[in-house]
Amino acid sequence: MEAGFNRQTRDNSVSDLAIIEAPPRAAEVDRGKVLGRMALFDFIFHNLTRASAVLVLLILGGVIFSLIYGSLPAIQAFGFGFLTTESWNPVTEKFGAVAPIYGTLVTSTIAMVIAVPLGLGIAIFLTELCPHALRRPIGVAIELLAGIPSIIYGIWGLFVLAPFLQQHVQPALISLTGDIPVLSSLFAGPPYGIGMLTAGFILAIMVLPFITSISRDVFDTVPPVLKEAASGVGCTTWEVMRYVVIPYTRVGVIGGVMLGLGRALGETMAVTFVIGNAHRVSSSLLAPGTTISATIANEFTEAVGDLYTSALIELGLILFVITFFVLAAARFMLMRIEQKSGA
Amino acid sequence: MSLYSSRRRTNVLATALCWTGTIFGLAWLVLILGALIYEGARGLTPAVFTEMTPPPGATGGLLNAIAGSLVMTTIGVLLGTPLGMLAGTYMAEYGRYSKLTMVVRFINDILLSAPSIVVGLFVYTVVVAQVGHFSGIAGALALGVLVVPVVVRTTEDMLLLVPSPLREAAAALGLPRSHMLMRVAYRAAKSGIVTGVLLAIARVSGETAPLLFTSLNNQFWSTDLNAPVSSLPVVIFQFALSPYKDWQQLAWTGALLVTIAVLLLSITARALSSQGKHK
Repeated sequence: MEAGFNRQTRDNSVSDLAIIEAPPRAAEVDRGKVLGRMALFDFIFHNLTRASAVLVLLILGGVIFSLIYGSLPAIQAFGFGFLTTESWNPVTEKFGAVAPIYGTLVTSTIAMVIAVPLGLGIAIFLTELCPHALRRPIGVAIELLAGIPSIIYGIWGLFVLAPFLQQHVQPALISLTGDIPVLSSLFAGPPYGIGMLTAGFILAIMVLPFITSISRDVFDTVPPVLKEAASGVGCTTWEVMRYVVIPYTRVGVIGGVMLGLGRALGETMAVTFVIGNAHRVSSSLLAPGTTISATIANEFTEAVGDLYTSALIELGLILFVITFFVLAAARFMLMRIEQKSGA
Repeated sequence: MSLYSSRRRTNVLATALCWTGTIFGLAWLVLILGALIYEGARGLTPAVFTEMTPPPGATGGLLNAIAGSLVMTTIGVLLGTPLGMLAGTYMAEYGRYSKLTMVVRFINDILLSAPSIVVGLFVYTVVVAQVGHFSGIAGALALGVLVVPVVVRTTEDMLLLVPSPLREAAAALGLPRSHMLMRVAYRAAKSGIVTGVLLAIARVSGETAPLLFTSLNNQFWSTDLNAPVSSLPVVIFQFALSPYKDWQQLAWTGALLVTIAVLLLSITARALSSQGKHK
């Protein structure tokens, strides 16, 4: 490719020179014209690219502005009470965001509890333990998992995972934890199948590839000399990971985890299928609940009345603000590890 | 000696856990694809590609949904790609070290993983609420907004990989900067940029959340982009949650089609980019 590419560019530059230098006699005027045209095009192109960059900024600004604008009626009607009210009643037009926020946090927490150790384990496996021939296929397979659209996880969760959990896992959880004080209230109530635990599970599967691939990338930034030195003084593979690689890459790993968290918080379709859409705060993880994104997806097109719509948009605003800060923190941390590896 | 053996035990245990974790992670992929093929292939008949989405209890296909998805994805990609490429070009070439670039890069990375449902709300407030009705154009716009950050990111990354001597050689021949970009830099970065566009298509073709309240859904054949347009992901969502067996079967089949399309796109993208790397 390199050779062909060089030839092509040379051909082109030559032909350009030919354009500029070809007419030797009526030259000066034409040449000035061509150069002028080029300069004009240069000017236009430069400004076009800059305008596009600014437009990307404006899109984000537009997102924030439109969300604030759309939620103004709800903000005026409920004020800060929106964040502390549990009731969500379209009939009396009383709306509060506590249940969706609670559901979002609980499902994301479940997802992170499962996905972080698992993702780190797979990343360690890929960088340290995996036979060389398998490294690429497994890496690709994990990344394919990231490419599957969320609606596929949703339909699979609804028809395959939820019935399985309902019949086999949840009854066992209920009877196992029945006598233990705190756990019994976490796993109380009938096994519905759908609910916050199932949603957390699906989210865990979805964010797993993100955490894995970022952890693997940051593990790769560790200078081999460090690992070799640790092995040289007799560390086991695990000790090399635990005391050299993970401390060295801590910021990057946390950044990757935050990025995964950002995904989990905002994930919509997969959760909507299995959460059960119940506006209440329940201490049991088996109970149906709702998340911010699931509420919007379920109710937005059916929302009648400006206040209802506006309350849903305000939910979107809250979600956006939360994910914005999580993602910003993640990017900041990943930037630090990039600088470290660049230096 | 006991210290040594306990360290070794920890090592064996941790290693075993990593193995198990990996097998566990891969098992999901197998389980999901397995269920999808098993359930989806049963309903894969020619009618799926030739008939419209049926009312409850009747048989039918997914033709209008497939067509709607294709049209909206195409328009979205056509809108988002040029904008993304131009912005990426500015960041890598004209303003490589400028403040604007740093800000845009940061914002773009956030847009890249921002919840797509928020983009749907954005387009709803800006377009749907102003015009007064749902439309295919609004859906395409929402998808376009999702395409932009992916293309910006890959264009910038790929242009940054183009060696500077190439640019300098072009400049030494007297080429203006814009010509250098078109004739030299874009060509060198071509396979990378195409990869980015393919990944962007893969990402938006499965997107459901931003379409729910922009393009809505349409049970019939419609070529009017100013009216609600059906799309595969929204149909899957609606049909899967319905109580009708026929609809659920169509949802599985649709899910299989979307997954095949997305996986083909991402595998092609991967093959393209690794080809570029090897040579």
